[in-house]
Amino acid sequence: MALLEVKDLKVYYKTLRGCVKAVDSVSLNIEKGRALGIAGESGCGKTSMAMAILRLLPVNGKVYGGLVMLDGVDILSMDDEEFRESVRWKRISMISQGAMNALNPVHTVGEQIIEAILTHEDVTRSEAVRRGNDLLEMVGIHPGRSKDYPHEFSGGMKQRIVIAMALSCNPDIVIADEPTTALDVMVQSQILKAIGDLRNALDLSLMLITHDLSIIAQTCDDIAVMYGGKIIEYGSVVNVYGNPKHPYSIGLLKSFPNIKAEKAPIISMPGSPPDLLSPPAGCKFHPRCPLAKGICLEKEPELAKVHPDNHRVACHNTDMLKKGTDIWNQ
Amino acid sequence: MESIEIIGGRGTIGCKKVILEVENLTKHFPLRRGIKGKLASNSTSTVKAVDGVSFSIMKGEFFGVVGESGCGKTTMGRTILRLLEPTKGKIVFKNTDLIALNTGQLKKIRTKMQIIYQDPYESMNPRLDVYRIISEPLRVQRIVKNLHDAFPYIKEVLEDVNMVPPEKYMTRYPYELSGGERQRVAIARALVLKPDFIVADEPVSMLDVSTRGGILNLMLKLSRERGVAFLYITHDLATARHVCHRIAVMYLGKIVEKGPTDDLVKHPLHPYTKALIEAVLVPDPKKRGFGEVLKGEIPSPIYPPSGCRLHPRCPIARDICKEVEPKLMPVDNNRMVACYFA
Ligand SMILES: Nc1ncnc2c1ncn2[C@@H]1O[C@H](COP(=O)(O)OP(=O)(O)OP(=O)(O)O)[C@@H](O)[C@H]1O
Ligand SMILES: Nc1ncnc2c1ncn2[C@@H]1O[C@H](COP(=O)(O)OP(=O)(O)OP(=O)(O)O)[C@@H](O)[C@H]1O
Ligand SMILES: [Mg+2]
Ligand SMILES: [Mg+2]
Repeated sequence: MALLEVKDLKVYYKTLRGCVKAVDSVSLNIEKGRALGIAGESGCGKTSMAMAILRLLPVNGKVYGGLVMLDGVDILSMDDEEFRESVRWKRISMISQGAMNALNPVHTVGEQIIEAILTHEDVTRSEAVRRGNDLLEMVGIHPGRSKDYPHEFSGGMKQRIVIAMALSCNPDIVIADEPTTALDVMVQSQILKAIGDLRNALDLSLMLITHDLSIIAQTCDDIAVMYGGKIIEYGSVVNVYGNPKHPYSIGLLKSFPNIKAEKAPIISMPGSPPDLLSPPAGCKFHPRCPLAKGICLEKEPELAKVHPDNHRVACHNTDMLKKGTDIWNQ
Repeated sequence: MESIEIIGGRGTIGCKKVILEVENLTKHFPLRRGIKGKLASNSTSTVKAVDGVSFSIMKGEFFGVVGESGCGKTTMGRTILRLLEPTKGKIVFKNTDLIALNTGQLKKIRTKMQIIYQDPYESMNPRLDVYRIISEPLRVQRIVKNLHDAFPYIKEVLEDVNMVPPEKYMTRYPYELSGGERQRVAIARALVLKPDFIVADEPVSMLDVSTRGGILNLMLKLSRERGVAFLYITHDLATARHVCHRIAVMYLGKIVEKGPTDDLVKHPLHPYTKALIEAVLVPDPKKRGFGEVLKGEIPSPIYPPSGCRLHPRCPIARDICKEVEPKLMPVDNNRMVACYFA
């Protein structure tokens, strides 16, 4: 049994112009100790999916169907209080997009971590202080600095403090939404290294959301590629990067620059991601797809297994793809 | 004048005519102090955003400037166009000394030098349609008398940026365009005056990966086919590696290394360039590793370290590095580095 299991999750937003199907039947699994990367372009539904799992959706957003199981227990049907008490922070915690800017400027970072621990766990203050210091140390910040205020830290240090806070109640799973997007490359590698070390030390599971394919390649075991509210390809990073099967994943990987590769023309896919207020019929990728044919315009493809070790793809044309054919050759 | 041969990039650049020459360009911002916001009188209390940079750009060249946040890239780009007044230094554009120009002369030469900003959302007026946005520079420069006369220019430039049929886009407003389309409009606006030189400040960093290639290829085509020179400002070394002819690496307001892209990326000389390249993640799960990063953090540009600005973080620093600042010196053909031990 997977630690976290999401099944057919649907998240819609009500807006004045209509209903936005931000997450449209998404299913995924995370095993204990494993890291799943969620990739995809802006607006494809990554954050909405995470927020739905943690019940942090804005008021106009709602879960319209599906299951979220934690250790086999359905956490979607739990009442709010029970969810707050026993799941959020304690079992699943989150490092949200731009979290480092959400640190409270009028409290020291130490107070904020201690506060987080005391709110969620039944421990004494001195116990919380000790744990807070340990956490800071783990993310590479000298505990002596716990008396400093957020503005006295650099962006990278603030992000590490946010990570320490997410770990403050010993969760089983951390959901990290673009944890390094605003940071410079050197700070980014420091943070990702810290996350990796913590994961090993604490046997943490991780859901890492990012549009940056190099981050997932470096830190995750599995990857789910999202497009227009759906997962269109899913599998181990070795399989998906080594042998991508969906024309969108193939294009995305090809357009992602690799500093270690020989200089090459940069490819681009025509068009832009769908407007989720009025997505195209059939496969949502068909207007941009070089392989699109009749059925793609009519019928939405299922996420189906293409390989014994659970590599899944949602495409009508998988059979047409031979390894080595360059469908994005322009 | 520097005369160089640019190999690598997309082939050799045919023409080796220098279009822009920057020498010892410096921009210090005065620091506001105290509750009354008085300017600090102490001359050391300035933000040394750009601190003596020199380089030239050839006609048709794609020249990259890379470096971490706050190293002075944007300030340098804006100062070159005199959108900011330089503290000192020399800027020669097409044999004209830009510093010597008065406002009127500057306005005239600006038709030949343009800037594209990072954020296509902020850089255009949301109440104007595409037609008006692109016609604005034509009217400011009095190239056309009225909106109507701008039509042929706008049609042509929209075709150039691959927004076809142009009529379909002319009446749209920014909010009716995707991010990539908006950046195309920004490029169209920069191109309509047929400039020879464009400062492109992080032109694709707000865009999705799948649409970045289109914009970059468009700019490369302009440099190749029309000889437009680009100063391409970015923090993304991996992309720069695939589009630039030459790259200059900045650290704390200084250029620490520059050279042809392939050489610089494959055989970096400066310890900072090495660390920067090491830190770039590779999108390949079979090649894992985070590389060695420099210790510590970037110091403040208000009080940059003595000697070589990297010395407190540098793995190979020796005594001299703390005392005497190394100059940017030629190494072999076309390459320059500012390090005693590179
Ligand atoms: N509160 C809201 N009301 C209406 N629509 C929303 C709301 N929040 C998000 N959306 C829409 O839902 C879709 C998915 O948004 P989401 O933030 O989940 O995407 P994302 O993949 O996280 O994107 P990014 O990479 O830009 O963070 C988008 O089309 C977005 O415009
Ligand atoms: N108007 C200003 N007044 C004072 N300081 C400034 C001003 N503009 C920029 N600076 C400072 O100058 C330095 C260089 O800033 P600049 O914006 O040029 O960096 P950058 O390399 O473009 O960074 P980024 O990658 O974040 O865009 C920074 O320390 C910045 O805080
Ligand atoms: Mg998001
Ligand atoms: Mg900048």
